[in-house]
Amino acid sequence: MNSVNPTADQVDETPVFYLKEEPHHAPGTLLGFWIYLMSDCLIFAALFATRAVVGSNYMGSPLPKDVFNIELILVSTFCLLFSSITYGFAVLQMQQNKVNGTLMWLAITGLLGAAFIGIELYEFNHLIHAGASPQSSASWSSFYALVGTHGLHVSFGLLWMVVLMVQVKMYALTVANMRRLFCLSMFWHFLDLVWLGVFSLVYLTGVLL
Amino acid sequence: MASDYEAIYADDRWSPVFGKLSWDVIPYYEPLVLMSFIGVVIGGGALFGWVTYKKLWGYLWTEWFTSIDHKKIGIMYIILGLVMLMRGFADAIMMRVQQSLTSSGFDGYLDAHHYDQIFTAHGMIMIFFVAMPFVTGLMNYVMPLQIGARDVAFPFLNNFSLWMTIGGAMLVNVSLFIGEFGQTGWLAYPPLSGINFSPSVGVDYYIWALQIAGIGTTLSGINLLVTIVKMRAPGMTFMKMPVFTWTTLATNVLIVASFPVLTVVLALLSLDRFLDMHFFTNDLGGNAMMYINLIWIWGHPEVYILILPVFGVFTEVVATHCRKQIFGYDSMVYAIVVITILSYIVWLHHFFTMGSGASVNAFFGITTMIISIPTGAKIFNWLFTMYKGRITYELPMMWTIAFIITFVIGGMTGVLLAVPPADFVLHNSLFLVAHFHNVIIGGVVFGVFAGITFWFPKAFGYRLDPYWGKVSFWFWVIGFYLAFMPLYALGLMGVTRRLSQFPDTTLSTYFHVATVGALFIAVGIAAFVLQMVLSYLKRDELRDDSGDPWGGDGRTLEWSTSSPPPKYNFAFTPQVHKFDTWWDMKQRGYVRPVDGFNPIHMPKNTGAGFVLAMLCTVMGFGLIWQIWWLAACAFFAAVVGAIIHTFNYDREYYIPVEEIEAVEARRSEQLAKGNPA
Repeated sequence: MNSVNPTADQVDETPVFYLKEEPHHAPGTLLGFWIYLMSDCLIFAALFATRAVVGSNYMGSPLPKDVFNIELILVSTFCLLFSSITYGFAVLQMQQNKVNGTLMWLAITGLLGAAFIGIELYEFNHLIHAGASPQSSASWSSFYALVGTHGLHVSFGLLWMVVLMVQVKMYALTVANMRRLFCLSMFWHFLDLVWLGVFSLVYLTGVLL
Repeated sequence: MASDYEAIYADDRWSPVFGKLSWDVIPYYEPLVLMSFIGVVIGGGALFGWVTYKKLWGYLWTEWFTSIDHKKIGIMYIILGLVMLMRGFADAIMMRVQQSLTSSGFDGYLDAHHYDQIFTAHGMIMIFFVAMPFVTGLMNYVMPLQIGARDVAFPFLNNFSLWMTIGGAMLVNVSLFIGEFGQTGWLAYPPLSGINFSPSVGVDYYIWALQIAGIGTTLSGINLLVTIVKMRAPGMTFMKMPVFTWTTLATNVLIVASFPVLTVVLALLSLDRFLDMHFFTNDLGGNAMMYINLIWIWGHPEVYILILPVFGVFTEVVATHCRKQIFGYDSMVYAIVVITILSYIVWLHHFFTMGSGASVNAFFGITTMIISIPTGAKIFNWLFTMYKGRITYELPMMWTIAFIITFVIGGMTGVLLAVPPADFVLHNSLFLVAHFHNVIIGGVVFGVFAGITFWFPKAFGYRLDPYWGKVSFWFWVIGFYLAFMPLYALGLMGVTRRLSQFPDTTLSTYFHVATVGALFIAVGIAAFVLQMVLSYLKRDELRDDSGDPWGGDGRTLEWSTSSPPPKYNFAFTPQVHKFDTWWDMKQRGYVRPVDGFNPIHMPKNTGAGFVLAMLCTVMGFGLIWQIWWLAACAFFAAVVGAIIHTFNYDREYYIPVEEIEAVEARRSEQLAKGNPA
């Protein structure tokens, strides 16, 4: 930043008021994405708050401990947790500039994510048939809003992952693609973190309390 | 009448192809709507024909609609604000005339159904599509110039945000002629806004217009935030930033940290309406109070999102027109930060009467009163800047003085309302209506006019003709006092808000005075438009060649550029040494560079933002009318369009040195004309 060349006519007392060489701005994409994630975090915060306010208003609809299949949710939870690890491996491959390794780990991440979504859809179907539909009570409305918003985020992440795999295949690991992989990485880990909240505050408390 | 409306929107009228659309939903039987529709068709047709005749579509598309230049985007935001101001003001004057008539024993010309739509649309339009575009436009135009940047951090996103905001505004305007608008008040409290009590599409127009515009606002908030954090010129530490940039920073923190809550609460309301869920319903465990809490957790910061940028405008105006550094810069910055934080812990004062209990009300009453301390500090800072300053009574300075007086009155009635027992008396009365118009007109609107007048020469290269500006100023200020001081009195006497009629003839004088005030404001708006037109015609006389049009008193970096600035803003990135950078440069012998330019890296224009935002708008229309295939197709097209856009890696280009040399040579000629303004 201080590599400034004063022009010839400038005397010592006059400070330098402009830079002959373009200063290097650190790119703002990652910061911008962080801020986006924090705003997304507020979306989840509001949904958690909604769950906290109306979560116990069952009004005669089924109770969670009667309809939750906690073993299945544990499996889907581990799918998502492992997908964060495998995404980490993809980033390690990316940093060694290995296109195929990156793609392979992304594919594994995507499959784990798809398994998570598949289990979620199966679970929703099961719950609705057991009478715990979104329309049955405020409690179940807040459940579907929170878990469903998370599921939509994961689905969007999967779509993004597929597009990014095509782009990495087509254009290799360019600076732009690496930046995008980092953004998706943050997005993916963030969703993992949110899921931990969902698992503890919705599922575990649902079956324990 | 009401039963007709219910029949038109009944569920059995739904068809898979047209959803709830049918010829019946077009309110041609309402003479007022029909007349305005004819007016819009004639006016819009004339504009369309003129643009086509002049072959301007290509120019508008390549130079404006697809532009990612923060300056052009800022100007388009302000144009949107001006257009929507006409719409929102038409609603206002209809309400004033109606109340004048009914208070003196006449029937009035609006039935309650129509009147309810008018006050809902008025409030929502004025906040989201007038005040927000105005302040976003000013921030977009001025802030990057003030920090010595060439554009914002994400120029494409900026264009997309603009078109999302315009898309939301389009939906609100469509509601005037196809279907109807909400009849719920501007925050659409349930259970009134739920499907049982609002079965028509009115609330859906409200929801989807806000969702689409709100996404644009959130993205624009992220964008401007990153711009300030990452793209300040070397040497510009946080405590050397211009105060307007500081207020922009604070405002965008508030946007990013509050708009997501609005998105959630509106999404939950639409789930209640569309999918029969139970967040805010009366039955099956829903909780309407939750809606009111959530929406005000967004809504109170929103108030400061609007007012903080204009605090920044007034600061720049006062410092420039008093030819002094702003008094108490540090305290100004701390006041901004404190207001930003406090604005999150006062939301409950909007519903003291809803039974949260004495302790909770006391807490929120006290935090609300505390906000007046940093705000008062800012008022004193402006006054002390004026003290012993060499004040030039240019138009922006006049707006500032009117603001200081008016805003203090509004602030004091606000502190009064912050006392919970007093609020129990005044809640939902015209006193409240007078209070928030007092701070929004006396604060935001006056500030926006000060800002537009102040930076207009920078944006267009000529000054605004002061005569019609002063006419506009006096009519606005006098009109404001005539229109709203009677409302304070009426509110104290117990007149509640949102009533289409108040048939107590002893109070009619107050309503008549308020109507006269609204007519004064109408003249003020007309004079402002006339000022724009006349200034354009007289642009050669009013030309600013210096780039520093306010007597050469400009203090911040935007005044170091030509008027209008070149698309790259700065040929060389400035090196900042002191606060009030441009003033410092002038004091210490800055010499403008005329050679040795390098190619400048700039983003390319793109139509992607326009296309994506319009697809989202079509999706919104499909959702409002429950035309599911249309909504699904538009959504799918938007996703595919966004993916295609990501395959475009070639988004930047270099401005060649020859072009920069040519632009800078023209600037040298301009300066040589020796027009010190």
